[in-house]
Amino acid sequence: MTVSATPTPKTKFSDLTRMPDARGHFGPYGGRFVSETLSFALEELEKTYLSLRDDPDFQAEFDYDLAHYVGRPSPLYHAKRWSASLGGAQIWLKREDLNHTGAHKVNNTIGQALLAKKTGKPRIIAETGAGQHGVASATVAARLGLECDVYMGAEDVQRQKLNVYRMRLLGARVIPVESGTRTLKDAMNEALRDWVTNVDNTFYIIGTVAGPHPYPLLVRDFNAVVGREARRQSLEQIGRLPDALIACVGGGSNALGLFYPFVEDDDVAMYGVEAGGDGVETGRHAAPLASNAPRGVLHGNRTYLMSDEAGQVSDTHSISAGLDYPGVGPEHALWKDVGRVSYVAANDKEVLEAFRELTHMEGIMPALESAHALAHAKVLAPTMRPDQHIVVNLSGRGDKDIMTVAKVDGIEF
Amino acid sequence: MNRIDQRFSELKQQGRKALIPYITAGDPAPQYTVGFMHALVEAGADVIELGVPFSDPMADGPVIQKACERALKQGTRLVDLMQMVKEFRQTDTTTPVVLMGYLNPIERIGYENFADQAASVGVDGVLIVDMPPEEAEEIGPLLKSRDLAAIFLVAPTTSNQRAATICAHGEGYLYYVSLKGVTGAATLNADDVAEHLAPLRGMTDLPLCVGFGIRDGVTAAEVAKVADGVIVGSALVNRIAESVDAPETIAGQLKSVLAEMRTAMDA
Repeated sequence: MTVSATPTPKTKFSDLTRMPDARGHFGPYGGRFVSETLSFALEELEKTYLSLRDDPDFQAEFDYDLAHYVGRPSPLYHAKRWSASLGGAQIWLKREDLNHTGAHKVNNTIGQALLAKKTGKPRIIAETGAGQHGVASATVAARLGLECDVYMGAEDVQRQKLNVYRMRLLGARVIPVESGTRTLKDAMNEALRDWVTNVDNTFYIIGTVAGPHPYPLLVRDFNAVVGREARRQSLEQIGRLPDALIACVGGGSNALGLFYPFVEDDDVAMYGVEAGGDGVETGRHAAPLASNAPRGVLHGNRTYLMSDEAGQVSDTHSISAGLDYPGVGPEHALWKDVGRVSYVAANDKEVLEAFRELTHMEGIMPALESAHALAHAKVLAPTMRPDQHIVVNLSGRGDKDIMTVAKVDGIEF
Repeated sequence: MNRIDQRFSELKQQGRKALIPYITAGDPAPQYTVGFMHALVEAGADVIELGVPFSDPMADGPVIQKACERALKQGTRLVDLMQMVKEFRQTDTTTPVVLMGYLNPIERIGYENFADQAASVGVDGVLIVDMPPEEAEEIGPLLKSRDLAAIFLVAPTTSNQRAATICAHGEGYLYYVSLKGVTGAATLNADDVAEHLAPLRGMTDLPLCVGFGIRDGVTAAEVAKVADGVIVGSALVNRIAESVDAPETIAGQLKSVLAEMRTAMDA
């Protein structure tokens, strides 16, 4: 575990709710670093979104879909048995795994699908790592009768076969990406290449709080329902706000969704857990924040970015395809710098332990991505008192990872 | 006067159009690049765009993606490009050289360091594909104070309002992207291009150069009728790709591809 230094000044946190600025910057991060062909589409998207962001009809439609299609609100579940075994704070799980399609990703795809509908574009594209965002995109496309192409790194196609077939059943085309490291970043490159070619008739549903402005803003907004519910549920079920929040961070959409509505609650500590892979000290990981990677520009935004001294983007490593990404959402980069969130890493071994523990003790099988957050809960809870409370974002369910875990166990089907 | 401005002013006097080849530096290996640059000049290049290889070339099609991969496999770095330009300048002091690539390698070595090195080795312009003028506030003055032209792209999707901003910030020449897509994608439509260039003429005196989709003498000549310059990349890089096993033959092939275009454009 690597814990970054986190002096937490009592000032400035209220400023964080006013980000990004008009040009999509979160302090020195974010922005719109794209080739000129896409500038127009991004300006249009920004205009469309800003005109609908405070529109009661749009919000009502979004809320209706979240309630009746996704199944929100998702429960806040007290994992009593696991908490007792860890011997410290009480752990509460925000059950995003119970959403339709099995992860938080659908919150955002519902929102962006509504935007796609408003813009009248007949085709959707998406990139995906673990396949959850791809499934969620294929799902909304099926529902709206839109054509859907999903780009997925060829390596991820191999390790997430079940989700690939799910997407195909939903009527989407899954396009394996053979370039580069054949993972999430390459899928995003290829999706951007598609968009630049088909920008007139295509809406690009980015799955995380990265990419060029306005994506980090709108993906955060659409996922913030997670934190709003968790805040309300904490007050109802715990009787007060929790002492700490924990979420895994790849691009960082589930973490921002949970954290954002708490950002001004200075007494609520926040922990973002990145993919430690073989261990941050080995260099084989996907933890740009916890490893203090240099600042860089990729996929339209400036952020912490794992790259070599010549500025070439580094290969990443993680057991979880969804976190296997060298960058991170620009808002997280800012929150690290101002000390609002502590960014740490959990390595593959710790993640598998947490996966097994929750499955055995609570009968809940988490996604390997979410198991990163659980791995940090295992570290944090014993350092706290039993009358303290931690909310962990259980961002997705683990069905898709059964093959990966079986392989670790040496089992072949 | 910057070499780019000098070159375009000479061409204007001669009533000729600029031929601007692109190659990725370090492809197929760093030791060949300077030789290729000289060969391109011999075949009639007016400006050379030297590509900075990047691990994630999002605006490029498969041809230039693979060129980047070959160059990176040989360990080509931005600092190596500086040495290539320095070597090129030992015998060619007049042909403008533009570095073209993505922002991250520049971000990593630092804007000021980059600008200092580029100016000192004899680079004339910089085109950063993923940096529109809005994001160039910091690097812009550093380039300008060293007489390095900041070259920007204009696309078919660029609104007139944006085009005006780009024209106001652009130097050297405007790079008009002829089609929606990645490099090497398709063949352009010269009538379309002419239609898009017309409003730009009213906004700027910068030379208007057109890239993407120029494959041979015929397309080059068509574009030369309506633009001030013709940029050709994938058609050349394709030749390099086809001859990686016989690198000594590449310079000759590049010359013949470019000479055909030069002849067609000047006819």
